[in-house]
Amino acid sequence: MPAPAQRRIIFQHIDEPGYTNDIGCYVRNGGYEVLKQAVTRKPEELIDEVKKSGLRGRGGAGFPCGVKWGLVDRKSGKPIYLIVNADESEPGTFKDRYIMHQDPHQLIEGTMISCFANNVRQAYIYIRGEMPHGARILEKAIAEARAANFVGPNILGTNYSCEIFVHRGAGAYICGEETGLIESLEGKRANPRIKPPYFPAVLGLYQCPTIVNNVETLCHVKYIAQHGGAEYAKIGTPGNTGTRIFCVSGHVQRPGYYEFPAGTITMGQLLNDVCGGPLPGRTFKAVIPGGSSAKIMRFGERYKGKRKVGTEMVDYDWGVEDVPMDFDSLGMIGTMGGSGGVIVMDDTVNMVEALANINAFYSHESCGQCTPCREGSLWMKKISSRMVHGQARPEDAALLKSVADQIPGRTICAFGEACSWPTQSFIAKFGDEFKQYSETKKTAKPADAVALI
Amino acid sequence: MIATAKPDLVTVNIDGKEIAVPKGTNVIEAARLVNVDVPHYCYHPKLTIVGNCRMCLIEMGMPAVDPATKAPIMDPATGKQKINWIPRPQIGCGTNVSPGLHVRTTTPMVKDAREGVMEFLLINHPLDCPICDQAGECKLQEQATGYGRGYSRFIEDKNVKPKRTQLGPRVTLDDERCILCSRCIRFSKEIAKDDVLGFVDRGSYSTLTCFPGKKLENNYSLNTVDICPVGALTSTDFRFKMRVWFLKQTNAIDTESSVGANTVVWSREGTIYRITPRRNDEVNDTWMADSGRVLFKAVQAPDRLSAVKINGTDSAFDIAINAAAELFKANAGAVAVVGSGRSTVEEQFLTKQLATALKASTHLVSRVGEGDKLLVSADRNPNVRGALVTGLISTLPGVKLVDLGAQIDAGKVKVVVTVGEDLAAAGLNAGQLAKISLIVLGTHAKSMDGGAKVVIPTLTAFEKSGTFVNQQFRIQKFLKAVPPMAGATDDLIVLAKLVGAAGGATIPTEVNALWKTIAAAVPALATTTFANLPETGQLLDATPFSALPFVEGETLHYKPAQPVVAAANA
Repeated sequence: MPAPAQRRIIFQHIDEPGYTNDIGCYVRNGGYEVLKQAVTRKPEELIDEVKKSGLRGRGGAGFPCGVKWGLVDRKSGKPIYLIVNADESEPGTFKDRYIMHQDPHQLIEGTMISCFANNVRQAYIYIRGEMPHGARILEKAIAEARAANFVGPNILGTNYSCEIFVHRGAGAYICGEETGLIESLEGKRANPRIKPPYFPAVLGLYQCPTIVNNVETLCHVKYIAQHGGAEYAKIGTPGNTGTRIFCVSGHVQRPGYYEFPAGTITMGQLLNDVCGGPLPGRTFKAVIPGGSSAKIMRFGERYKGKRKVGTEMVDYDWGVEDVPMDFDSLGMIGTMGGSGGVIVMDDTVNMVEALANINAFYSHESCGQCTPCREGSLWMKKISSRMVHGQARPEDAALLKSVADQIPGRTICAFGEACSWPTQSFIAKFGDEFKQYSETKKTAKPADAVALI
Repeated sequence: MIATAKPDLVTVNIDGKEIAVPKGTNVIEAARLVNVDVPHYCYHPKLTIVGNCRMCLIEMGMPAVDPATKAPIMDPATGKQKINWIPRPQIGCGTNVSPGLHVRTTTPMVKDAREGVMEFLLINHPLDCPICDQAGECKLQEQATGYGRGYSRFIEDKNVKPKRTQLGPRVTLDDERCILCSRCIRFSKEIAKDDVLGFVDRGSYSTLTCFPGKKLENNYSLNTVDICPVGALTSTDFRFKMRVWFLKQTNAIDTESSVGANTVVWSREGTIYRITPRRNDEVNDTWMADSGRVLFKAVQAPDRLSAVKINGTDSAFDIAINAAAELFKANAGAVAVVGSGRSTVEEQFLTKQLATALKASTHLVSRVGEGDKLLVSADRNPNVRGALVTGLISTLPGVKLVDLGAQIDAGKVKVVVTVGEDLAAAGLNAGQLAKISLIVLGTHAKSMDGGAKVVIPTLTAFEKSGTFVNQQFRIQKFLKAVPPMAGATDDLIVLAKLVGAAGGATIPTEVNALWKTIAAAVPALATTTFANLPETGQLLDATPFSALPFVEGETLHYKPAQPVVAAANA
């Protein structure tokens, strides 16, 4: 079955010839019309549309956006803050940066609609430290939108005022975790907070109710405000509405970003039809479907079980190529849709070395607050880098798995899962390769080798 | 007395034991009440909760109810309400009790979680217990024994971090031993209000340090050493001095101010090595000031008085008492007694008896400094209120001994007995001192001793037992930590002998026996006995003294009495 056609609603203008990121171009293309119309509606109506749309957060967890907004404590009398999570740092993900670089006003419009719907008077865009260019573009775009009265005091004569501030992070993965982000925004070390009691919807930024949404999610809100929640829900499949942007990287002919209605495309269609299949003379070996923390899938394995279609339970028997790329299907087979970062590896890749690279990343990014993640991530890195540097032992695979098993579910934030799932899944799927690695890899670390950080 | 509001009680089930605890109690504290130990590092009852060590992971569940009808779901196997156990372990420190909460601390899941955390904590720990000062009182040691696996699977290189960093004048840091629990950081920020500590770097390379240009030098810095669960923060003074298991612990009271912080004196073979705070939630929580921890150095100070002297030459105790008796007889009616706010209640009682027998005027030396709003109050005498309660004084002491000076100048006073006080420092001038015959009871040499008729060496607070009444009018006892120095005599014996020399009745000097006399003579202490005084002290009725202008400002657990005007208007 050939792949369905792309449907670009968020990436409509990305890489469009002649499309620029200034407000003039955006308004020429119908920009800010949705905001003008939205501020004439009741905020509750807008929230209701988002709830009806079934929109799920695009940052990685896929939490329903309407539910998140519904949890906000609106009776406390404290101000409500909205934070745009633009700390896109999951390896393999590069969608938000395109929006910020090429279509920043789409984000600003979506943000303002969300602020209006939730009676937010102050919003922050927390942008990753490594994206100074994006920060400059956003600053400029906000100034333009402010001059045009789309942001700032008395927006479009409605007496509603809201400011947006851009805050640059200092470059840490953990700042993408919402409570870590809030700590960082408050000027502290980005140590995620314990929940309970510090749920952002109740005790968030400055101990006030706070909404933290991903860049892409807020762009979807704009689309929902424009077309209505019911109309949006028709895109994609039930439970996985709207479109999904896939950031495909690695060993395919045409890596890049692709936007499809959620759940309508399978992994095989995406990699073979859309991305042009493996490089010449190679075969696919493995794929990580949702950013580097998602559990890896091995080509050739089968996923069997029962799933709900409509009201019935039907059997499924999928190969990797048959898995629909939506939150629920990927969750069902034991991995996750995550942030949409699809990382493809072909038969030239040694899985021990790939894992060593991932482990080096996570041990470097652990905030160091909770014991299991702090010590476990570095231990796993030390084991895997020792292995690739020629001192592997046959028992290392079992040790790695055992260390990884001691981390998830025992930490404050989801980083515990993020750092242990790669190790758990790599060893579960490629255990043979890990066990034999001491035989296949005998060469010691070359003197000029760059150390894994 | 104002009745405290009865807290709402919540019934929880911990390892099958039901207990009702006040709402807001966390699971660690609730478990403590049923003798279930939930191991932890970062949690401290007096600090905010961060939940980062993950040692207190335990299994929790709530009774199952039907979501539609809210009716309890019963378990047919047990006939009891079914428990919905949370599939992941939860932290005990960050979870407050809720009605019906069930907790299991002995399941395989909990055991596995604890073993995992212990293993992680130890992989980068230097395991240098044989040379570590914390050994013997180290949570890491204790819990590795109690909850660890007992073997190591770690063959990699351990992380290297700074050793022996001087964080301040009194605290030394070994970063490799640090388990990053952040107790010291939270203490500095929340209690000492001196935010100087923080972590730099990330992950397992996180390193505790002072902020650039800052030092951990506030007067509470050594509390970070006390609460450090491992050997990372050590006292520069105590470091490498003594193994803690050789030390004897004696309960004591901090004598540096009227706060009366509860302390423990650690000694071995008559030598004191350190002083640490003792928890009293009504007085000092679990803290004490650094300045109170060095007071033991006075015990073996080189200027300690060790010989009875008459007119500057060595003599014997009985001869000195006789000399005093003669002075009393020769100057009957012209004797004054200077008591001390540093004396114990018992000594003040005897001082009062002495003054009564001599028909002498009584005086007290005041020591007023600046309060630090925490655990050092403005009144640097530990026991002025004891002098009020025993009737030694009826008004608060003036700044200097002006009255006594005037009496000397007028020739009304010819003999002065001073109980530990330096009269020169307290405001008597050389001319006045030259006019009187001085009987000195004291621990350390003072400038005025040279001219004294009689000098009798007495004991420091570490060499005797007694009680102090702190600023809250809480009477608290302390016990003898080390044997008296040779040549010095217990103040009680000296005072009782002087009472005899003045013609007064015989008074027992053993502290328990003395208390019977005190209880009979002082109505406010009628029901108090030394032996039965609770560890946390006993509040005395302060109303007879409510009109006195005490100098203390607000400190931890103490507010100065409010003006009564508002109450009168109500």
